[in-house]
Amino acid sequence: MSKKSFRQALNEAMRQEMERDPAVILMGEDIAGGMGAKGEQDAWGDVLGASKGLMPKFGRDRVFDTPISESAFIGAAAGAAINGLRPIAQLMFVDFFGVCGDQIINQMAKFRYMFGGKATTPVVIRTLFGAGLRAASQHSQCLYPIFTHVPGLKVVIPSSPYEAKGLMIQSIRDDDPVIFFEHKALYDTAGEVPDEPYAIPLGKANVLRQGGDVTIVALGRMVQFAMQAADALAKEKVECTVIDPRTTSPLDSATILESVTKTGRLVIVDEANPRCNVATDISALAAQNVFNALKAPIRMVTPPHTPVPFAGELEDLYVPSPATIQAAAIETARYH
Amino acid sequence: MQLSREDLKTAYTKMRTIREFEERVHKEFATGKIPGFVHLYAGEETSAVGVCMQLNGIDHITSTHRGHGHCIGKGCDIGGMMKEIYGRQGGLCKGKGGSMHIADVGKGMLGANGIVGGGPPLACGAALAAKVRKTGGVAVAFFGDGAFNQGTTLEAMNFASVYQLPVFFVLEDNGYAETTSSDWSIGGHNPVRRAEGFGIPGERVDGHDFFAVYRAAKEAIDRARTGAGPQFLHVEFTRYYGHFEGDAMTYRPPGEVTEERNYLDCLSFFRARVTSAGLLDKEVLDEIDRDIARLIDRAVLDAQAAPPPQAADLTTDVYKSY
Repeated sequence: MSKKSFRQALNEAMRQEMERDPAVILMGEDIAGGMGAKGEQDAWGDVLGASKGLMPKFGRDRVFDTPISESAFIGAAAGAAINGLRPIAQLMFVDFFGVCGDQIINQMAKFRYMFGGKATTPVVIRTLFGAGLRAASQHSQCLYPIFTHVPGLKVVIPSSPYEAKGLMIQSIRDDDPVIFFEHKALYDTAGEVPDEPYAIPLGKANVLRQGGDVTIVALGRMVQFAMQAADALAKEKVECTVIDPRTTSPLDSATILESVTKTGRLVIVDEANPRCNVATDISALAAQNVFNALKAPIRMVTPPHTPVPFAGELEDLYVPSPATIQAAAIETARYH
Repeated sequence: MQLSREDLKTAYTKMRTIREFEERVHKEFATGKIPGFVHLYAGEETSAVGVCMQLNGIDHITSTHRGHGHCIGKGCDIGGMMKEIYGRQGGLCKGKGGSMHIADVGKGMLGANGIVGGGPPLACGAALAAKVRKTGGVAVAFFGDGAFNQGTTLEAMNFASVYQLPVFFVLEDNGYAETTSSDWSIGGHNPVRRAEGFGIPGERVDGHDFFAVYRAAKEAIDRARTGAGPQFLHVEFTRYYGHFEGDAMTYRPPGEVTEERNYLDCLSFFRARVTSAGLLDKEVLDEIDRDIARLIDRAVLDAQAAPPPQAADLTTDVYKSY
């Protein structure tokens, strides 16, 4: 066990799985960097450096820089996955889903069902998401609700370095297509991460904190914010349970419903835009299944229904904060 | 081909404005005052200026991540641009877009683009509108060597060819798509032949030479404007800065940029050409330099003094009607 960044945790997970299984390959734009150029090879190790060192270790036979042709290499990853490889392909920013959506939504997600259960597609699409870097409308979206909507895809959203490593290892070992969401603003966060390989199962929520007054469900970067809000609320004698579902597909509905049954009060924090997002999904889940246990209206803390703005003053208003989570939880706790 | 004295002054002024703007943004970015992702155009000035000098108010352009030069080429307001890059009120996009989405639709500048290959289909649309509405306008799709391998670009080229749209596809090949060499990433290694495969005539020019770009752009746009269908140009040059500000550029051989700046700089070439031929005096060019330095200085000071957007701006402009 030692302190590692989110970036290092991802790197270690990919390295250990590539060592363990020769079928694991890595591909993407500048995933090593410097392809065909006269300067440093492995210049970037992907745009935020999570793959750095993997090309020198495993060679260009297993680590492939690609042209900027998302449809081709994301689709090729799917095609290779049904033919014996276990590719990890990096879709640099999830916003770029717009130029390769068919290969994800119509192709890899559907193979198994359409082909009568005869195809297995063990591919991981790593992708950066989320606001906070002043990266504006086309490099800051969440979009995981879109993938959660599609049967056949698994959707993984790690919230810390520990989660990143364990969930990445499980995603690589999983036999279905996994869309693996890495929040840009978490990359430099650090936490305790075991040195040895370990897998966190998909579809098993993490309960970070137990409290009897309010259940807060949060995803990705919002988990940290929810924990900060819960700490502040404890000082006001409001005790919160904080649940990180870890994966939105499959979703551990049992853990969420069990907690809401106990607290009767539910706040869901989702960085995705508010219409048809994971918060509305979990809200419907609670309303349908534990309606009688609810003591207050369900509250959703989300950005507004707008694209992500560029100016820092606007982006800071856009993203949910510990303060907005705290306010929603207080309101829920005090509702009678 | 002879450019008038006024045309030469315009060309130099625009190229120098782009250079000064980008050098200054580079400096200001390093101080931490400019937020977000910034991609600079310095070294590529001939393309934006050589091409946009053939355009007028009825014409449209689409751009790339590296869009400041195209904005200046198409006549966008310098003060409004700088404020946008700082994310301030009075910015071309009210501070909502930033460097990567800088645009002025009223000027025919349909936006820098955060999506590689996002622009060429939009240029086809602008050309289609010009054709249907019989405006006589043309559309220019500026895109990089990275975007030349994107499906959207190749589909747009076929689309323009099938409909014989007045689109000018300008491949700005600065040698690197992020860190990846264009020599490697462009299969077939012959962009002009690739365009010809779509039935689109094209040529390759040395992007360090303004006059070569200007001549090729003029011929291509004249053809497109008079009904000859889409055209293609492969402009080769280099970028003086990284893919984005903060990129250490270790994938480039040491000294590459210094060598380009010292021996292949398009502005130095231009100055040498026009002064040795007696077309413009050194003093005239120096005065332009001084004027532009003041213009950019003022733009930076104004942007830094401008207020940020107001909280209410967050939820406006999503729809035309609600």
